[in-house]
Amino acid sequence: MTRHLLSAADLSLDDATLILDTADELARVSDRPVKKLPTLRGRTVVNLFFEDSTRTRISFEAAAKRLSADVINFSAKGSSVSKGESLKDTALTLEAMGADAVVIRHPASGAPHTLAHSGWIGGSIVNAGDGTHEHPTQALLDAFTMRRHLSTIAGRKVVIVGDVLHSRVARSNVLLLATLGADVTLVAPPTLLPVGVDQWPCTHSYDLDASLVGADVVMMLRVQRERMNAAFFPSVREYSRRYGLDADRMSRLPEHAIVMHPGPMNRGLEITAAVADSDRAVIIEQVTNGVSVRMAVLYLLLGGSDSALGGDL
Amino acid sequence: MTTKNSAEGVLIKGANLLGTDVSDVLVLDGVIAAIGPDAARDAGSDCETVDAYGLVALPGLVDLHTHLREPGREDAETVASGSAAAAVGGFTAVHAMANTDPVADTAGVVEQVWHLGRRAGLCDVHPVGAVTLGLGGSELAELGAMAESAARVRVFSDDGRCVSDAVLMRRALEYVKALDGVVAQHAQEPRLTENAQMNEGSVSAVLGLRGWPAVAEESIIARDVLLAGHVGSRLHVCHVSTAGSVEILRWAKGRGVDVTAEVTPHHLFLTDEHVRTYDPRFKVNPPLRTQEDVDAVRLGLADGTIDAIATDHAPHSLEDKDCEWAAAAMGMVGLETAVGVAAAAMVDTGLLDWAGMADRMSVRPARIGRLAGQGRPLAVGEPANLVLVDPETRYSVDPQSMESRSRNTPYAGVELTARPVATYLRGRLTASEGSAQR
Repeated sequence: MTRHLLSAADLSLDDATLILDTADELARVSDRPVKKLPTLRGRTVVNLFFEDSTRTRISFEAAAKRLSADVINFSAKGSSVSKGESLKDTALTLEAMGADAVVIRHPASGAPHTLAHSGWIGGSIVNAGDGTHEHPTQALLDAFTMRRHLSTIAGRKVVIVGDVLHSRVARSNVLLLATLGADVTLVAPPTLLPVGVDQWPCTHSYDLDASLVGADVVMMLRVQRERMNAAFFPSVREYSRRYGLDADRMSRLPEHAIVMHPGPMNRGLEITAAVADSDRAVIIEQVTNGVSVRMAVLYLLLGGSDSALGGDL
Repeated sequence: MTTKNSAEGVLIKGANLLGTDVSDVLVLDGVIAAIGPDAARDAGSDCETVDAYGLVALPGLVDLHTHLREPGREDAETVASGSAAAAVGGFTAVHAMANTDPVADTAGVVEQVWHLGRRAGLCDVHPVGAVTLGLGGSELAELGAMAESAARVRVFSDDGRCVSDAVLMRRALEYVKALDGVVAQHAQEPRLTENAQMNEGSVSAVLGLRGWPAVAEESIIARDVLLAGHVGSRLHVCHVSTAGSVEILRWAKGRGVDVTAEVTPHHLFLTDEHVRTYDPRFKVNPPLRTQEDVDAVRLGLADGTIDAIATDHAPHSLEDKDCEWAAAAMGMVGLETAVGVAAAAMVDTGLLDWAGMADRMSVRPARIGRLAGQGRPLAVGEPANLVLVDPETRYSVDPQSMESRSRNTPYAGVELTARPVATYLRGRLTASEGSAQR
């Protein structure tokens, strides 16, 4: 394992498999009456959030606490990128407090990379979402969820739909799923695919209906409100008609196919309520799995090499 | 090689003039007094002798594009410290860009910068005048007043910002004809580059950084060469960075448009692959492009489509670079590494010889800036603006030893082979072995 988790590209097939297998083991802890392991007792994990994300923060918080780590939540919202020095000062402060791992969410792409390579701080850095770059633990929890439902990932057809251009979830998923051997198709209006997407390890299409044929997984991405007035697409209704997942489209999927969404959803925009609440949707499970996967990541980054549960089971 | 200033002149022995002709050069009273066998004969007994065997002598270099930051950001650079950096880099004249605070958009500010340059005395500092008031892009600055001031401004630029309004650009191009001036355009279509962070392409797609597409530069250059042709004006294009821009310039020159262009050492040498480090020292505007673009600007410079190498020396304080990418300022220092980097890109590759380098780094930029005493031939009677370059030393770039107040170089630790070792401004030694001679 690497010392930091900055990008899904940092993970080899062996690394990724180890994380998923470890998460599988750790998931069993959640079924116990006492959901806690002593593994990271005495270690300090800082959740450093420069951007609001209650879901991701509490997921990391729960993961660290179940491993008995001390958790410090550092919300630096309002420290905008225009005051860049604050990242450095914050890092130096955390270093002075002795953080073993820093889980960072930041609006600037590359901020976790800067933190890891600046020399400002010595602990492990976990990227919890940086700008429009990556969100590797999201990709890991998505892969974990796919594996649970489909047993294997290699050779599976995964269709990722929506605002790929601005999506850190899409970037991390493409990289990780390529490592795991899945066959990924990105679907979006051409305005929401980055220039240069043709060099990614996946295919892309502008046609959702054609792409859904034979899909094992459909992952819908959130459409941010600010895209709606910037000519990326003509109207919300047109977007929904062309790129939204509704019951009709879902009915044409293979029987075993699952529907995913990283949340929070815009019901009625990229996904209808009927789909989101259907038994095909594994969206709530993704949240549950997020805790197990983040436990595995923290455990492995902070030096765990033996079986995560040791002889405990 | 050690040198000092001597009242009785300098005899430079065995320098390779423009890399073609080994000869002695006698400098007396600020001019080249003799070349060849006459030089040693005419040298007085008190004349200082400089051993320049193995060194290449070039006319003092002329930079069309330098940010000296004074007035306003004296923490990053001053006219004096920037002049020292220029001298170390082999320059005897620099054009100080107008985006200071206050902006150099009046005769008062350009005269202040000009006077500061005279006081520093290490190279000729020629202020660039802003095209529009406050670089605001809406009203012309008093171009005539700046041209007639003591600073005698001939180059006008809103550099840092593009004169994006087509009508205003047309008027500026027309108006400077009366001043024998030139508009130096920072070609960047503003709407296509809002909050842009790096070159738009396969690397930006992976890094999730907002793209600065080549078309944003090329579309402005295309418009401007057409405008310049239409009104019969002289246009200069700053920091050309893309293959497409070179093609447009080649086409325009072929049609007889009076356009010139510059390229920076970093666009000749670095690519957007460096951005993968998220190291803000590689953040610059226009952004580092692809290898294909680097190859094209090198060829464009070699065949004369691009006229000049200009540094776009852009000092920034540590605070503005020691942060995450998005928060960092754009720009890199370049004066002190220009010769080494440009030689690595052009001489080591066989694209230009040293005579060609003299043409692109001195002769043509002096002509574009209308500087009478710079970029002159190495000939008897000419002003003794000279730089001696060691073409085959090996050294590693050390930011801490730089004369610039700022350290934002992307070349720290990079090995280069060509290095200016002595610079003479009208016969006076202004820099020796990497140190300015104040």
